[in-house]
Amino acid sequence: MGRLFAVEIVYRGIFQKNLAKNISRGVVLAAHHAGKSGISFGRYGDSPERNGIPAKSFAVIGSDPETLEEGMAKYEPKEVDITIVLDDTLLKGVESWAWYGLQPINRLLRPGGTLIVTSMHDADTLIPMAHRKEAPYRLAILKGTPSFSGLWVYKDDHTDVRVLGAVARVLPELFTIDDVEKAILQEWSAPLKATSARKAYERITTRVVQPTEGNPEHPFAFQLPKWHEMREGIAIPAIPRGAPIADPVSGQSGGFRPARNPTFKKFTTRTMRPVVNFDTCVKCTLCWLQCPDSCFDVTPDGFYDANMEACCGCGVCEAVCPVEHCVTMVNETAFTDNSSQWEAWKKDRTAYAAWLQEKIRHRPERTHGFRFRGQYEQELPPMLEIAGGAGPEEPSGEEE
Amino acid sequence: MARAVEQVAAPQKETDALISGSEAIAVACKLADVDVITAYPIRPYDTVMQYVAKLVANGELDCEYIVAESEHSQFEIVKHACAAGARVFCGSSGVGWMYAFEALTVTPALRIPMVAMVGNRALDDPGAFGVEHNDALAVRDLGWQLVWVDTAQEALDTALIAYRVAEDRRVFLPCAIACDGAFLTHSQAQVKIPPQQWVNAFLPPYNRGDLLLHPDNPITVAPQVNEDWLMEIRKHNDEAMKRAKTVIKEAYADFARIFGRDYGNPFFEEYQTDDADVVLVGMGTLSMPVKVAIRRMRQEGKKVGLVRLRWFRPFAAEELAATLGRFNAVGVIDRDFSFGSPYTSGVLATEIRAALYPAEKRPPVLGFICGLGGREVTVPDVQRMTDVLLSAAAGKAQPLTTWVGIRE
Ligand code: SF4
Ligand code: SF4
Repeated sequence: MGRLFAVEIVYRGIFQKNLAKNISRGVVLAAHHAGKSGISFGRYGDSPERNGIPAKSFAVIGSDPETLEEGMAKYEPKEVDITIVLDDTLLKGVESWAWYGLQPINRLLRPGGTLIVTSMHDADTLIPMAHRKEAPYRLAILKGTPSFSGLWVYKDDHTDVRVLGAVARVLPELFTIDDVEKAILQEWSAPLKATSARKAYERITTRVVQPTEGNPEHPFAFQLPKWHEMREGIAIPAIPRGAPIADPVSGQSGGFRPARNPTFKKFTTRTMRPVVNFDTCVKCTLCWLQCPDSCFDVTPDGFYDANMEACCGCGVCEAVCPVEHCVTMVNETAFTDNSSQWEAWKKDRTAYAAWLQEKIRHRPERTHGFRFRGQYEQELPPMLEIAGGAGPEEPSGEEE
Repeated sequence: MARAVEQVAAPQKETDALISGSEAIAVACKLADVDVITAYPIRPYDTVMQYVAKLVANGELDCEYIVAESEHSQFEIVKHACAAGARVFCGSSGVGWMYAFEALTVTPALRIPMVAMVGNRALDDPGAFGVEHNDALAVRDLGWQLVWVDTAQEALDTALIAYRVAEDRRVFLPCAIACDGAFLTHSQAQVKIPPQQWVNAFLPPYNRGDLLLHPDNPITVAPQVNEDWLMEIRKHNDEAMKRAKTVIKEAYADFARIFGRDYGNPFFEEYQTDDADVVLVGMGTLSMPVKVAIRRMRQEGKKVGLVRLRWFRPFAAEELAATLGRFNAVGVIDRDFSFGSPYTSGVLATEIRAALYPAEKRPPVLGFICGLGGREVTVPDVQRMTDVLLSAAAGKAQPLTTWVGIRE
């Protein structure tokens, strides 16, 4: 048997569907120029038409057709050479449609494999977000803002070809940058895109991530039941009623925390999270009413504390809150845990106020699709500048 | 739920009534004290809802009678009512039944023991309201129980039995009672209506137990499932359908004990088969012309019998194989057709052949397509089929499928 390669592309639902497809097609086309056979496919059942849901595409390549068949005899690869992460907030883990519980982003990565992530952050920020792995793997950062576009539009900021350039660099056995160029010209007839791919090829650097680095938390494990262990009629027991909340300072009990399915955490769909200014909140209940995921726990003192295990980051609470800057959506990469904001506020209001100001001040803007006419033109130049502008940047980690 | 009519010292004997097959089913709904009924008109099924409406209006039946805006909605309504503990009834015909298909597909998987009536009707060359079995047969692979009846009396009795079987905790699968359009739905016959006490003794109240959708029993029914749950759900239904065969036998035995009407083998009726050389097999009302033809042919010395299948799902394969193996040739009369199927035959013929395949004795099975779209199955038709069958039994090659009664 020849050599089998597998690449997975993890992306955000509808915002990056076309981007992910372009990349997985591009990988197969470039491999074809390198004399290999490949198949590109999207994970079936991920329901990628949903807003921000983590979803996957795969490219499976064999050095010859028989090896490819070996690879495709088990539809989805269980081990990949490269995981491409098209939004850095996905590093916290994914729970796509057909999965159960949070799964590490690097789960399928084989020892020594490479995680390519598009991000404006450096390795020191990104590595702690991903779960630890038993064997070392490599992290490659492709500098760029998350390439999100709307449902029916595609933002051609060259992220697709830049990823292909990065792949050529980190896995030269798969294909060379010349193969990538041929594939790009064949697929898009766009010399500028080929240039972007070469720039990415030249600039990408990798850094080895050791088993001691990363999020030490144990990822969720799930055993699917046997048929006779399931209840008839697909009936499942409801979640028991929630418990009253205790005030962390006074110990006073009251309020209400709805119980939540412990195996279904929705925060991997989140690219931003709300931070709440309890000092200005007027307790109007609108956030509590409108949150589509019933995230808000009612505290004993009548505030509304968004539960970060359940929040999908939709931003509805920010939109409905009548008080200016009382609820603010902030980039998910700015947070390292999911602990209660209200508890932090109760314990130390001054410290909380400082923390809040810091989070709000630096909140990098994110866009899910295009909200106003002309936004595409506004967003494109900086992205293209990153792609094809000035000379090579400083390496963000030690060169391998 | 409260019994609709308090039977204070009611006579413990049956009463006679001249009613149609549809009306007989409506009477069964009343006797079963159905809680929720939905209605949407389509011929030939609509005669049953008209009669139920009358029963409700006359104060004879206390139930929610909901006129839905489509067949799809009416099946959805009863599905949910049934999950919430109501005994329900619903039904349709032909393309109406097909319009409800999305609701029909999930009913077995959610273990909703609804009883429905299909007034069999052709699908649907415009305006053809006559009987054809393809509408009901369309659910044969979905987990529905399917039973065909022959007379108004059998319709009434079978509806009561259907509730008993469907609502048995070992089964909990929906059951459709197929009634031939016009021949059964629209013709009136003398029917014995049992007293309420007998029905109460036969049919316990519907108890959904731990699957009841109720605030005191907090469960979620029909959550979103992923691909990796499906095989297990199907296997659950498979086991229930297998158990249904046992429960059906128990129910018929109990029915005979309480009502004094013994249907013998619940799965199929045999007529003059004891000494028969060849046998005809069919479902529904065609037994009338077939029986008459058999009596005439017997006078000519042709030894022919009839096996009329009642339960199509679950299919009594072993029992049928044992019975049909006794004959030298088997002729299956299909009031349906399956385009492009094995030997381009009808559905029943294909199933009978499949049932016989592992049997020790495998007589030739010839399929006859007959009586489609409500066309009459005549005595001469039956005689023609029998002649083909006898010639096959004598070793002469015959086509595996023959259309009988078609203009050529
Ligand atoms: S962003 Fe706000 S409204 Fe949306 S899920 Fe989170 S808490 Fe609820
Ligand atoms: S919407 Fe804003 S002001 Fe109203 S309760 Fe929520 S956080 Fe407070």
